[in-house]
Amino acid sequence: VVEHLERLALVDFGGPEAVARLERAVAVADRLRAVDTDGVQPLESVLEDRCLYLRSDNVVEGNCAEELLRNSHRVVEEYFVAPPGNISLPKLDEQEPFSPS
Amino acid sequence: MLGRTLREVSAALKQGQITPTELCQKCLSLIKKTKFLNAYITVSEDVALKQAEESEERYKKGHSLGDLDGIPVAVKDNFSTSGIETTCASNMLKGYVPPYNATVVQKLLDQGALLMGKTNLDEFAMGSGSTDGVFGPVKNPWSYSKQYREKRKQKPHGENEETNWLIAGGSSGGSAAAVSAFTCFAALGSDTGGSTRNPAAHCGVVGLKPSYGLVSRHGLIPLVNSMDVPGILTRCVDDAATVLGVLAGHDCKDSTTVQDPVQSFILPSLTDVSKLCIGIPKEYLVPELSSEVQSLWSKAAKLFESEGAKVIEVSLPHTSYSIVCYLVLCTSEVASNMARFDGLEYGHRCDIKVSTEAMYAATRREGFNDVVRGRILSGNFFILKENYENYFIKAQKVRRLIANDFVNVFNSGVDVLLTPTTLSEAVPYMEFIKEDNRTRSAQGDIFTQAVNMAGLPAVSVPMALSSQGLPVGLQFIGRAFCDQQLLTVAKWFEKQVQFPVIQLQEIMGDCSSVFENDLASVSLKQ
Repeated sequence: VVEHLERLALVDFGGPEAVARLERAVAVADRLRAVDTDGVQPLESVLEDRCLYLRSDNVVEGNCAEELLRNSHRVVEEYFVAPPGNISLPKLDEQEPFSPS
Repeated sequence: MLGRTLREVSAALKQGQITPTELCQKCLSLIKKTKFLNAYITVSEDVALKQAEESEERYKKGHSLGDLDGIPVAVKDNFSTSGIETTCASNMLKGYVPPYNATVVQKLLDQGALLMGKTNLDEFAMGSGSTDGVFGPVKNPWSYSKQYREKRKQKPHGENEETNWLIAGGSSGGSAAAVSAFTCFAALGSDTGGSTRNPAAHCGVVGLKPSYGLVSRHGLIPLVNSMDVPGILTRCVDDAATVLGVLAGHDCKDSTTVQDPVQSFILPSLTDVSKLCIGIPKEYLVPELSSEVQSLWSKAAKLFESEGAKVIEVSLPHTSYSIVCYLVLCTSEVASNMARFDGLEYGHRCDIKVSTEAMYAATRREGFNDVVRGRILSGNFFILKENYENYFIKAQKVRRLIANDFVNVFNSGVDVLLTPTTLSEAVPYMEFIKEDNRTRSAQGDIFTQAVNMAGLPAVSVPMALSSQGLPVGLQFIGRAFCDQQLLTVAKWFEKQVQFPVIQLQEIMGDCSSVFENDLASVSLKQ
């Protein structure tokens, strides 16, 4: 489960204390079982009785590519540069310690 | 002048008793003098002075924009401010300069407010002490108050005074400290589980959490989309109402803001409370509640009663599950909201070039602290396919039960609920850090976060000083979208209790000119 979570969250535990903390959090969360929720609908938003506001589909702003690109560390012309996306994270035992490449 | 309320200063500006530039410079000077509080991450001196100049022009021509024109304000560093670094006290966003203003920031600026700077917080607003940000913890100004220091002199103690300072509360501790130390007249905080009300109580200021849907969240870096609201911190209830009047209203950029016509937030001065019904939720009387806070809570209830209000005990049966429910829902939404931080378009980016996943993982490990990572991992656990029904959906069902508890109580004729805001007064930092963030958050949020689950308005009002000379605040909770009524009751209470002004002259050295009471009377009839 730990490995699965690390892969999904793309955040690592960083040690056994973090795992212990998660176990404690789950133990606390388990207390929810004691509540009788038969026939109760999940509450997603306190504003569920209202209609969601929709804007009309007109372009009123934009054209700020330059401003947005400015905030990225790696940019080529009008593109954000990302490393290859088709390589999955190595399994925990295959991982080498991270070092700047 | 800095000790005045927002409206008093506004009147002084209109009457020409002080100029926006003078006011701005006084505040900037005080910010420098109180730097050790660590309330500010960024002080936007040049911006503020330029805004002051513009405000002064307007006053000269008699065209002031309103009550906030020329008034120094501060903004929590999880609100986007165009051209000004916005960090959320995290390595992930160090150096990030947003290209736009959050709607609430824009509204303040449109009214001519002067932006003094961005205030310190717990990293990504996760915490209840303002101790877990990368720029260090915020110190509660009351640690240096005459009131607190005098009480400490009476006790024998061996430790160094300097290391025994108190936490400001969180996660909007920087904003609360900034207002409490007179460096600005109002500050924006955010409130997801109590993050505005908790530090307000610890710093002896007013902390308002508006109804969910009343104030735009556009530009507020989100934690829990279904519970976050911008919060307002001021030194008195009227000031909070003034700011709310500016911020409230539908925003087409935030579809979770309601489209109801905005009501006025000018507060009547209540003289007769006999038609009021105050509810005291019995489940809030927990064993961990300090006896001093409990006795102040009782005193407040008796105060209302003695003035003719109906004060009754009510029940919010699911209260004890509130913290658990919050744990699940908060971490789940956080897991989703933090996914946007991958280093690609903004923020910190590590040097890994091997693959996107490796780059994202390393960036996020480097950018987030333990608390944030812990919540992301917990959240991901609860939304795993095999857990979704039993944890996330279950918590959403419990949320409805909690929200219904409030609905039932308000339907039975209660106008406003009265509860403590925190378990005790502010504790020393060295004490606070003995427990982990989750434990402290659970304790810190215990009276406040059920309100966020139900989306109700609530306000913490400072009531009195504890036997240690530290502020204790009480919380009023109102019906959804009845913020004006809530604040009216809070204003009445504030007037009754006459909470003392913090005495900081000692540590501010020769700042006597800052607090001189102008002999010329300031007319408030504007």
